[in-house]
Amino acid sequence: MKFWSQTAAILMKDLLTEYRTKDVLTSMLLFGLLVILMFNFAFEPDSEEIRKFGPGLLWMTFIFAGLLGMNRSFAAETENDTLEGLMLSPVKWSSIYLGKMLANLLFLLLAQAIILCLFSILFNYGIWPRIGWMAAITFLGTLGFASVGTLLAAVAANTRMSEVMLPVLMVPLVLPVILSVVLATAANFAQPPEEPVMFFWMQRLAAYDIIFVILPLMTFDYVLEK
Amino acid sequence: MKGLQKHLGLVALLAMMAALYAIFVLAPVELTMGVVQKIFYFHVSSAWVGFLAIYLVCFCSLRFLRNRDRQWDIRAAAAAEVGAVFLTLNLVSGPIWAKPVWGIWWTWDARLTTTFVLWLIYMGYLMLRRLVDSPEQRARLSAVVSIFGAVNALVVYMANRWWRTQHPQPVIAGGEDSGLHPDMLLALLVTVLAFTLLFFCLWKMGCDLERTRDSVESLRRTAQRHLREVR
Repeated sequence: MKFWSQTAAILMKDLLTEYRTKDVLTSMLLFGLLVILMFNFAFEPDSEEIRKFGPGLLWMTFIFAGLLGMNRSFAAETENDTLEGLMLSPVKWSSIYLGKMLANLLFLLLAQAIILCLFSILFNYGIWPRIGWMAAITFLGTLGFASVGTLLAAVAANTRMSEVMLPVLMVPLVLPVILSVVLATAANFAQPPEEPVMFFWMQRLAAYDIIFVILPLMTFDYVLEK
Repeated sequence: MKGLQKHLGLVALLAMMAALYAIFVLAPVELTMGVVQKIFYFHVSSAWVGFLAIYLVCFCSLRFLRNRDRQWDIRAAAAAEVGAVFLTLNLVSGPIWAKPVWGIWWTWDARLTTTFVLWLIYMGYLMLRRLVDSPEQRARLSAVVSIFGAVNALVVYMANRWWRTQHPQPVIAGGEDSGLHPDMLLALLVTVLAFTLLFFCLWKMGCDLERTRDSVESLRRTAQRHLREVR
């Protein structure tokens, strides 16, 4: 019980910081828009091509924006020398991890929701009939992404070039998520929707999430200790 | 220790010569692919060593996290360096074989992608080690990353299998029609053995190199201290 209230306290701290600075969300959203803009000029897609490449492009945008956002979660703490303070506070370190992971998850989901709406408007991409399943797929995919990303952000924050180190470590490790989530999204938005395919990849995503939520919880103490 | 390493090198050399004999003299030339099929023996053996190494890195890292002995960190780092070299050999030899046989250098097939991703994991691990300054922190962080890498190598393999595959099916313990000519099998087994011995030999040398670096570093520090005292 205490573990969860501590986790909630860390989560609230990160949410409050973000509410006051709005650093992470603004940068993720702007970056996401830039990717969409570049996509438009690089491919000048017609509606057929948007159907085909939309799911992949959406997730590329989410992932690049996410890398940018998650890098901040520990980099900001080390820059302000507040990580030591967190470590000294009487909380279990795994609750620091979990609180930060949940904060990252919320930021990512929020940014993704906005980017998805803009994408739908800008490219006339029909998402509304299938939005429920899209939300479920996005949640599963982003959970795996945020859980690995938060741990690796803590690792990368200790290196000399954290903003390069995070993508280099992270992209190979979340490749199964990228693969499954893009295929699930494509099956969801296919005409007509291919539900068996979608469920197949959603099950894989859930399995990945279970492994890669437990593994960081087990190893996070080793990353933090000084 | 020194004697053992010398002998390991010698044994690896002999095994490598036996492997070359088995590949180029003993094993018959494949009917449809011709001579280029000979790459197969090196290709499979280097893949085996590359995948073996990541699990050795993970094992050494777990030992390090358990007892905090610098020796285990050195072993993990050296295994990763040598494993990355073998995996690179595998990734280079594959396309050389694939171009005449498949007609293309590369395809995004399950095994190729898995190997490529594992290679990227190795590169991330080695890059991380270069970018952390404190040795103690470097050991801890890279140990954690190697555990993720080893688990992920399995997951990526499974994910890709569900996705698509074009790579030749396993020829050993594969389907009913699969199988190797007995001499080819022998050549493969000898090559795998030779590569494994070579790996262990290089691994040991890598560990020794790192230990030498350590002692040079501590000698330098002692020398500087003495120098300061003299002044």
